[in-house]
Amino acid sequence: MIDILNALALLANFVIVPALAYGSQLALGALGVTMIYAVLRFSNFAHGETMSFGAMISVLSTWGLQEAGITIGSLPTALLALPISIVATVCVCLLSDRLIYRYYRTQKAAPVTYLIISVGVLFILSGVIRFIIGPKDQIFADGQRFILKARAFKEMTGLDQGLAIKTTQGVTVITAVVIVALLFWFLNQTRTGKSMRAYSDNEELALLSGINPARVVMITWIITGALAAIAGTLYGLDKGYKPFTYLGLVLPIFSAAIVGGVGNPVGAIFGGFVIAFSEMLLTFAYKRVIAYLTPGEWVPDGLMQLLATDYKLAVSFVILVIVLLIKPTGMFSGKTL
Amino acid sequence: MTERLRNSLLFAGMAALLVAVGVFQSANLALAILNLCLISAIMALGVNIQWGYAGLFNAGVMGFTALGGLAAVIISVPPVTEAWVAGGLRAVSGLVLGVLTIALGILTWKKLSLGKTARGWTSALIIVTGVIAMRWVVDPAVEAIEAVEPAKTGFLGGFGLPIMFAWMAGGALAALAAWAIGKISLGLRSDYLAIATLGISEIIIYVLKNEDWLARGVKNVNGLPRPVPYEIELQATLWVQNLASRLDINLIELSSIIVKLCYAGLFVVVLALIYWLSERALRSPWGRMMRAIRDNETAAGAMGKNVTSRHLQVFILGSAVIGIAGAMLTTLDGIFTPSTYQPLRFTFLVWVMVIVGGSGNNLGSILGGFVIWFFWIEAEPLGLGLINFFTSSMAEDSALRIHLLQNAAYTRYITMGVVLLLVLRFSPRGLIPERNR
Repeated sequence: MIDILNALALLANFVIVPALAYGSQLALGALGVTMIYAVLRFSNFAHGETMSFGAMISVLSTWGLQEAGITIGSLPTALLALPISIVATVCVCLLSDRLIYRYYRTQKAAPVTYLIISVGVLFILSGVIRFIIGPKDQIFADGQRFILKARAFKEMTGLDQGLAIKTTQGVTVITAVVIVALLFWFLNQTRTGKSMRAYSDNEELALLSGINPARVVMITWIITGALAAIAGTLYGLDKGYKPFTYLGLVLPIFSAAIVGGVGNPVGAIFGGFVIAFSEMLLTFAYKRVIAYLTPGEWVPDGLMQLLATDYKLAVSFVILVIVLLIKPTGMFSGKTL
Repeated sequence: MTERLRNSLLFAGMAALLVAVGVFQSANLALAILNLCLISAIMALGVNIQWGYAGLFNAGVMGFTALGGLAAVIISVPPVTEAWVAGGLRAVSGLVLGVLTIALGILTWKKLSLGKTARGWTSALIIVTGVIAMRWVVDPAVEAIEAVEPAKTGFLGGFGLPIMFAWMAGGALAALAAWAIGKISLGLRSDYLAIATLGISEIIIYVLKNEDWLARGVKNVNGLPRPVPYEIELQATLWVQNLASRLDINLIELSSIIVKLCYAGLFVVVLALIYWLSERALRSPWGRMMRAIRDNETAAGAMGKNVTSRHLQVFILGSAVIGIAGAMLTTLDGIFTPSTYQPLRFTFLVWVMVIVGGSGNNLGSILGGFVIWFFWIEAEPLGLGLINFFTSSMAEDSALRIHLLQNAAYTRYITMGVVLLLVLRFSPRGLIPERNR
């Protein structure tokens, strides 16, 4: 019995807790992609860079706040910086729409044109980010490092295996839950949210019923910018801010959105966790878990790892391919907001 | 102004820019830029075949380029005999097993007369078992291969053939990858191809970085054989020495200029050949059909054209051209470094070339390749100069100024983005627009 609990603690420590945090980050990212897809109908390749921009503003504001001596005790200061970052990222999104995307809406451009435009935005944003903060890594998490320390867990339960929960992981999951709840309340309960869903569902019908398209588009960009800033900051807080990693995040985020069904917010959240858990489960070395679960002192020879950790990215790609082959519309048939 | 005159002027302007670099900076630099311009032009031609002819968005140019580079290694490096003895056969048979497994899995999925769920689980079972079996066969072999003098080799090596063969092999390898990815994602919505190619290119780079037995991973393979003479050899020959004294330039510099000229000659031949073939294809009934499909898929489909399989064809062709360019690039560098492949530089920059040059026009893609590569290289000194100029009123040790100067190199990302957006907005057909036929 104690062995099973030990195995569970091991799994929780190395798979479940990190996957929950990573999944929340992916889900928030995928929500942004999905919102843009549902309303503006294109795949925004610049979303990773938008997240990176939000994270950068958080890093800079965190430094500013720390300089001024403003912190919030055991929680990371970045939480205080988050509103500043949201405002800045939303401004960037609205500006890019006003200066760039809006013109192509009046031209009724093809989705693939938007795709190329988003590549242009991607270039500019990554240039601006590296110009401002440079290409190096920045660590900006402060406050208490752990909510639950491995040793405290061991003493509490008397198990051999420790379970540690980092503050950043806890903050990530809680923030994600709050944000998702707010978003769904907005989409389902408010008049504006309903008009957005109507617009996404059937553009012409929505226009006929007097919905203002410019307003819907503006609100979509505001929500997307806010989601990107939050997701980027949480990811940077958890793993350290590296400007180069965000372009690589685009693939798992798109996979998450497609797995769930592009344009479907529930699907995006679901997809984020599917991707995160598959990555963690497939690249985890099961050696010690199996040792606990099998009777006696037997320990397997190899690491019992299905896939080398370096191939994390391949997991999201394989999932994407399977979904494309079997059900291209995703689990929650896409394109309804 | 006739079209021909206009195009000639554009190319003459480009040549003048390169000559200016030769005069004001150095001839060596100008030739180095020229060589990469030529390779970029070939990449742009490849993307143009996919985007300009058929409207396919390939976001995985980087991956196909890297496959070309891998081909350069596999073809040209002499085989590492000890590594083959240690585990070559086992590794290869493991890979064959893997391919067979996937084929069998797909065959089961397609041909077995069961319900959809049952078929799915059967093929999944076959693939999972096969992958585990493959790992069981391959893993010890990989370990053995990587243990053979890891500081010097630790990989299987290649065939030891002249490196020029790699240019064709690179094309073939890229075509193979394109076939696999096209089979999966063509016929679905256009965004899916973009995302799938983005994914496959990242994975190709990860594989190249981590599978040391293949091409040494991040330890890089250097000293690849060359298709042209070495500088040292040239410096020892009499005519080069004579030429140097007659032209009154440094012997070392002259030898490096000659080497670069040799490369340029080879690249020009390849570029001309690919350009000629692409133009032939574009003017043929096949090209007309591709344009018809691009402009209206539904109508072309209704006329009995098999849209998906034509798309697959053109996707493979374009990727093969990119693979050739990738092999040429690695040949020019003489070193294969998987970690240098970055999507902004290898995928999206090529896209800027095609759009700026004029999508659908081969000549335009070549010009775009030249112009964009030129400014990609020259944007750095230009940006530095501009920042120096604007901050000249600040104190020498001003933190802001130092910071700006340090990060000046990144202005080129901003420049490229702005150029792309401006062209798309104000001249969406590019520098040399597609001809109406």
